Amino acid sequence: MFEVISWSLFGGILIGLAASLLLLFNGRIAGISGILSGVFFPARGDTFWRVAFIAGLLAGGVLAPLIFQREFVFELNASLPVLLAGGFLVGFGTKLGSGCTSGHSVCGIARFSWRSIVATITFMATAIITVAIMRHVL
Amino acid sequence: MSNVKQNKVISYGLAAFVTGTLFGGGLTLSQMVNPQKVLGFLDILGDWDPALIFVMLGALLVTIPGFHWVQKKEQPFFALKFLTPSSKVIDKKLLTGAALFGIGWGLVGLCPGPALTALVTLNTDLMIFVVALIAGMYAQRLFIRA
Repeated sequence: MFEVISWSLFGGILIGLAASLLLLFNGRIAGISGILSGVFFPARGDTFWRVAFIAGLLAGGVLAPLIFQREFVFELNASLPVLLAGGFLVGFGTKLGSGCTSGHSVCGIARFSWRSIVATITFMATAIITVAIMRHVL
Repeated sequence: MSNVKQNKVISYGLAAFVTGTLFGGGLTLSQMVNPQKVLGFLDILGDWDPALIFVMLGALLVTIPGFHWVQKKEQPFFALKFLTPSSKVIDKKLLTGAALFGIGWGLVGLCPGPALTALVTLNTDLMIFVVALIAGMYAQRLFIRA
């Protein structure tokens, strides 16, 4: 358990460091849904840094397991309709609600934004209810 | 290129890449990229796995003092100004969007950052999820215009 907590904390610290440095260097919020949606709906022709950030995410996914000798654990067991519905709702919902876990829960809460605090409580609640229904009711 | 300082375009792009790498590395090492781990955290009625609370805690331990310190600066290193959201309204859009996002997150166990980072696994089901996610973003655009 101690090891699990240590890796969780360490990973979280890296995420917090990344978000703080992106704000310090470029003045931008590390909200992944916003960064991604800006690639498809460019407002001011600022696509290049978004693509660079997303390329970085993938680079981190390759480099971190190599550097720290940790396995990249990925277990996805969902049927095709669930994958499609889940993906669609995540895309639709984050665009409508102006953010996801990174933008609202990591960056927004750090800025003491009430919008982000309310959004985080809302999506945590509906996610917990969805899992409860999927795993214990259906 | 409006907000980027004139001779800092390369630095701006590099900073985005490096911070993206740190972010993706953090998601990977903390196992946020693993849908089963996330679902275990969201499953409070089952065999609850609290580990992801520590991811959030670790991140906020850095961003709360970090953002406070950064925002006291006059401007970012490579940009003219800080582009932080200014809206303070808690409206139906925010609540509906967050609620729908939560349902999608609970269905599969993937939010946008981990979904993109995990593309390195070349998992076909994940690619389907990401395509559906982008389609959802497009649909929201159409829905707002309608």
